[in-house]
Amino acid sequence: MAPSTHRAPASDAGSTPAGSDPAASARRGPRSVPGHPLLGHPLLRRLLLAAAALAAVAAVTTATGPVTDLRVANAGLFLLAVAGLQVLVGTSGQVSLGHGAFMFVGAYTMALLVVNVPALPLAAGMAAACAAGCLAGLAVGAATARLHGPYLAGATLMLAVGLPAIALRFPDLLGGANGLGFSTIGAPPALAGLVDDTQWRAIVVWTVALIGLVVLATASGGRLGRHLRAVRDDPTAAALSGVPVGRVRVTAFVISAGAGSLAGACQAYVLGTATPSTYGLALSLVLLAALVLGGLGSLWGAFWAALAIVYVEVAGTELAHALELDTDVRNNLPVVFFGAVLIIVVLAWPRGVHGALSALGRHRSTPQQTGDS
Amino acid sequence: MRTDPIRAARPLAAVSLALAVLAAGCTGAGQTGEGAEADLDVSTGVTDDTVTIGAHMPLTGPAAPGYSQISVGAQAVYDFVNANGGVHGRTIEYLAEDDAYDPTRTVEVTRELVHEDEVFAMVGGLGTPTHSKVVDFLNREGVPDLFPSSGALMWNDPEKYPLTYGYQVDYTKESKILGEYVSEEFEDAEVGYLLQNDDVGVDSQRGLDMYLQDQAVAVEHYESGAEDLSAQIAGLEQEGADVVVCACIPNYVALALLESARIGYEPQFITSSIGGDTVTLRGLLSSFAEQAGSGGDPDDFLNGLMTLGYLPPVELGGDDPWVEFLRGVYDEYGGDAPLSNTTVYGMVQAVQFVRALEAAGEDPTRASLIEALESLESGGPGLVPFSSTGEDRGGYAGGFITRYEDGELEMVRDPAVTDSAEGDIEPAEVDRPLPEDIGPLAQG
Repeated sequence: MAPSTHRAPASDAGSTPAGSDPAASARRGPRSVPGHPLLGHPLLRRLLLAAAALAAVAAVTTATGPVTDLRVANAGLFLLAVAGLQVLVGTSGQVSLGHGAFMFVGAYTMALLVVNVPALPLAAGMAAACAAGCLAGLAVGAATARLHGPYLAGATLMLAVGLPAIALRFPDLLGGANGLGFSTIGAPPALAGLVDDTQWRAIVVWTVALIGLVVLATASGGRLGRHLRAVRDDPTAAALSGVPVGRVRVTAFVISAGAGSLAGACQAYVLGTATPSTYGLALSLVLLAALVLGGLGSLWGAFWAALAIVYVEVAGTELAHALELDTDVRNNLPVVFFGAVLIIVVLAWPRGVHGALSALGRHRSTPQQTGDS
Repeated sequence: MRTDPIRAARPLAAVSLALAVLAAGCTGAGQTGEGAEADLDVSTGVTDDTVTIGAHMPLTGPAAPGYSQISVGAQAVYDFVNANGGVHGRTIEYLAEDDAYDPTRTVEVTRELVHEDEVFAMVGGLGTPTHSKVVDFLNREGVPDLFPSSGALMWNDPEKYPLTYGYQVDYTKESKILGEYVSEEFEDAEVGYLLQNDDVGVDSQRGLDMYLQDQAVAVEHYESGAEDLSAQIAGLEQEGADVVVCACIPNYVALALLESARIGYEPQFITSSIGGDTVTLRGLLSSFAEQAGSGGDPDDFLNGLMTLGYLPPVELGGDDPWVEFLRGVYDEYGGDAPLSNTTVYGMVQAVQFVRALEAAGEDPTRASLIEALESLESGGPGLVPFSSTGEDRGGYAGGFITRYEDGELEMVRDPAVTDSAEGDIEPAEVDRPLPEDIGPLAQG
């Protein structure tokens, strides 16, 4: 996370015409790292950061009630979902409107396992959901590797619209429009009295999300990440430099889908439900919009995005109810509120909340470097 | 890609290690075990002067136009009761939380109601896809789950859900009555089904097939959320269905009526109770006609429609003591929308809860509320018996069929009762209390 933010200005600006020479950024990466003296440290630092974050979540959930636990868990799983999308959109430059479909895959994998194989440990269920998502990502990535821009967006849009309908096609297995409902295991008996079920679920979700984030950060910080950015900035130059463009694009899809699917599995585990209507087009669009709001290019952007998904919606709903508006207005106010926040943030800080914060940080330390746009 | 194998293995090792740690000491994710029975001898949500109850309702979103009136109706009854001294001196605080008919939101708002607002009971949680996701939770937490607003069969399952008590006539019971009526009154007709493609359709078809297996020529399904029914109506016409039985929500009944009128297809439409509120249908038909830019009287489409009901229809007006009473309450405490049968649905739900709460005694506990439900044996405001005993808590146990003509309803099939299995259909014998017989309602 941190190392990529230092390099972010140069590589992120590459998506605008005024950016630096993309081939140069692709070349610079592979050469500088093999000689990196502290090779082991980024991973160690990420793991420590993740452990600290988990401790913070445990502390927050201890201090608050079950309803906050649920929101904290939601923030964790959306963080993972958006971080996966970040790798695809922000790092590899492929715009996907179908990320919700991968959450659908994960949620239904988890749901089917819990319903049909109740004895399967949770970790195995999560791993299976992740694997199912990666397979789905492989299929979608391979099918769309030659597409770019609006064509890719169109193809993934189809995924978001079409995939949840599978549940309607096989009502006996997938529960049709009603979806599947089930109970999942709560806190282990050894911890009874210490943590309650909702708090335990929040901690489990954050554990999964943080492991996922460490993997994503490691992947996008290393060699693969440089390949992804090279392909994003200029596919032709990347190909000329020996980067296997198609394979890198598919890899981005696989990683992103795995994270999305894991997030869906977490959601199924926390809520004890998987329904097709939850994973419709609206979810995919919210994930993408929140990513833009949080900031493209860094996993920190995903963090702000997750907070926005959980809390801006809550604030919008509460505002709508507090104002006691007409049903038609109240109906749409949370969406309008989210849209307004998005527009304001993007107008004021084109690189999202994280862009604004890191610009602020750079301004403090080295004022002369800020003029990158 | 040529990747340094040691470096590539490192994240993998980290993941495996973490998963191994997670897996250690982890029992099956679906093995929730029996755990300790929730203590029912508590009066959570009851103070010296209030009783707090909750419900999840689609107040916004696609399902709101049809169903938001239910909580308006219920609130009107509670306001009336509160204004007249409450139940045993306690006022009823009714928290209708918006879930937008999204099961994910249902789970969230239900947890808020139980953990944060600490409701005494859940009363009238709306919808099968939504409520089915919280019924486990409510039973596990020991929260009485009264009168879900849905006709699914799963609410009547004392073994699995000991705290859940049904309200609405279930889809199989009502479609058995519809099926028998069609087979007797239209014995030579070819019959088509128009069904919602979820449990509504499945449970309804089971009842219809018991009587109409030989007459059925077409079965058409629609997805909830679909925008038009032209393919389904064309299919029914092509198979020559003279009678179309609809197990659809009002939106799709209206669409079916409009679409068949458009192509000049004139079968006898018969709907189950969920789509049979003619007041709501009139509103929908007017607004659809308005959108299409054509005028026209909704009655042109509605005349001749047969519907199944179990509560007194508002069209009965002053002929029914309960309709008269509820109209009075609604005029004083309700909203601006006209009183519809959907509103009455919510009002009767509230009346049934008030009766149960009164019977639960001076100092109600969750256990005494559950016990008190047994005393609801009489139908209350409904025209058919109401089951809420230990073995059968299916709620309203049958229905009657009416025919609509220019704002008037004519009873074409007297109230009947049946069960959800192969049992016979028998005339209903119901002992209806009058509003003034019920303490908290009589004080006014």
